[in-house]
Amino acid sequence: MTFFLQLVITGFGLGMVYALIAIGFVIILKCSKAFNIAQGQFVMIGGYLGFTFLVTFNLPVWASILAAIAVAVVMGGLIERLTLRPLVGQSVLAIIMMTIALGTILEGVATLVWGGEYKAYHGALPTITLKVGEFSIPPETLIGIIVSILVVVALMALFRYAKIGLAMRATAEDEQVVQSVGIKVTSIYTISWMIACVVGVVSGIILGGVSGVMVSMSEVGMKALAVVLLGGIDSIGGAILAGIIIGVLENVAAGYLDPLLPSGGGLANVFPFIIIIIVLIFKPHGLFGLKRIERI
Amino acid sequence: MLQVNNIEVAYMSVIRVLHGVSLTVDDGKIVALIGANGGGKTTTLKSISGLLKTEEGEITSGNIIFNNHRIDKYHPESIAGLGISQVMEGRRVLEHLSVEENLNIGAYRRNDRAGIKSDLDMVFNYFPKLKDFRRRTSGYLSGGEQQMLVIGRAMMARPKLMLLDEPSLGLAPLFVHEIFKIIKKINAEQKVAILLVEQNVRAAFGIADYGYVMENGRIVLDGPADKLRDNEDVKEFYLGLSTVGSQKSFRDIKHYRRRKRWLS
Ligand SMILES: Nc1ncnc2c1ncn2[C@@H]1O[C@H](COP(=O)(O)OP(=O)(O)OP(=O)(O)O)[C@@H](O)[C@H]1O
Ligand SMILES: [Mg+2]
Repeated sequence: MTFFLQLVITGFGLGMVYALIAIGFVIILKCSKAFNIAQGQFVMIGGYLGFTFLVTFNLPVWASILAAIAVAVVMGGLIERLTLRPLVGQSVLAIIMMTIALGTILEGVATLVWGGEYKAYHGALPTITLKVGEFSIPPETLIGIIVSILVVVALMALFRYAKIGLAMRATAEDEQVVQSVGIKVTSIYTISWMIACVVGVVSGIILGGVSGVMVSMSEVGMKALAVVLLGGIDSIGGAILAGIIIGVLENVAAGYLDPLLPSGGGLANVFPFIIIIIVLIFKPHGLFGLKRIERI
Repeated sequence: MLQVNNIEVAYMSVIRVLHGVSLTVDDGKIVALIGANGGGKTTTLKSISGLLKTEEGEITSGNIIFNNHRIDKYHPESIAGLGISQVMEGRRVLEHLSVEENLNIGAYRRNDRAGIKSDLDMVFNYFPKLKDFRRRTSGYLSGGEQQMLVIGRAMMARPKLMLLDEPSLGLAPLFVHEIFKIIKKINAEQKVAILLVEQNVRAAFGIADYGYVMENGRIVLDGPADKLRDNEDVKEFYLGLSTVGSQKSFRDIKHYRRRKRWLS
């Protein structure tokens, strides 16, 4: 029972990270109608930023996260302004190609700045623990869960109650209408990229605390695609639910089945992709997408 | 208030749609713009609101003046900021947003909370149905309710000029009457000028002060609405009061020039 609980809780932590990354995808999908292939690289940059602020600058956790968010805002804004803005009105394919290029460039930048080596900083985190039954949640998982819940709640509030959140949802529906009421869609794009970058970077910090950072960490972006699909592509709430489902299932499945495999492990790495295949075959619109409104 | 001076418009630089259109809307007036399908009425409205630029359309010559601003090169958001609200053709509600959220989007550029709240009540006053449905997802409203919603949304910006594109499209005759009554009331009470594009010529001239008839990208006739209503050609082609064949156009009529001179 303790083992199961442990798997569920660490799986939940992982799932919240998936959810954050998936939200990044969904936000860009809603405004640019394209998958941002570089979302995983935002995560990787976040991991290295976490290392820089926590270890190199020796800042406390909250300050490191705020500093990383500030960097992410600037980075997201610059990326949109310099690389995506010129493509407004171009095909979705052009945008996807641009994000592929961006992703590769970000990996190059990370290698230049941080040397591309493995870095870990869970030692720099405060050692708070919480006991659930026999099992005590490790501090990096606990901090990860707290931070990701805070960010998700903040985002939900932003979309539901803030003026800019309303404008973002409206822009996703009809850009012409939004312009006709005087909203500048280009600023909505900029803000969308900033938010996508922020959620990527924050998930990177959390993930880096749990499993360390290296350039190949960006592959987690592709894993989060499974979450996006299962969540129904265009729904933030769906992405959160799907993130938790996949995180928990993946962790539990790996925990029980890995020891039985001849290789002794590796299930966690393929699990999300198995989900992608199943979802695409049986439920191509995902589980929780926005309902298509069709009236007769 | 609004002067459109001899504008020519082309889409994608090659499809020429307007060939020198001029019209004027004075403060507080309702001006109707009528004409056959594809004549360029919607294009004229989009030229004024700037939305033309979002569709690869361009004003290639002429200019548009609104309250001393030359707006033909402005972006749509700046034009909206000057007080022009366009209600686009085809009831463009933001489907997944609630009725109230749709209305709030209309007030996006405003920061006067109290004013926005009282304007929300004003819209609910003109369209009581919207108040009952304020939390409902707007995509599930009926066509008529959606038309009320998009007009209400435009009013939430407190515009000085509203551009209405075929508000009667697809509505039951009784409801058309209703909505035109409300448009007239909004115009009178809120002191907002209205440029109204309509296929329902009778209804449009019923509330308009002045009218323009458009064909193939040109204004072919204009005058006070009551005069146009009595005009033989308008009667024949748009009010269906004649037995003559329907394939004819103004251009085929020899006496058209004379009539125009008489009217102006
Ligand atoms: N975005 C566009 N790109 C290319 N051509 C366009 C575009 N929009 C309109 N047109 C063309 O311009 C001409 C005028 O169209 P417009 O929509 O202004 O007509 P309309 O008078 O509003 O017609 P209706 O009564 O059918 O609404 C049409 O021939 C149309 O095909
Ligand atoms: Mg039209």
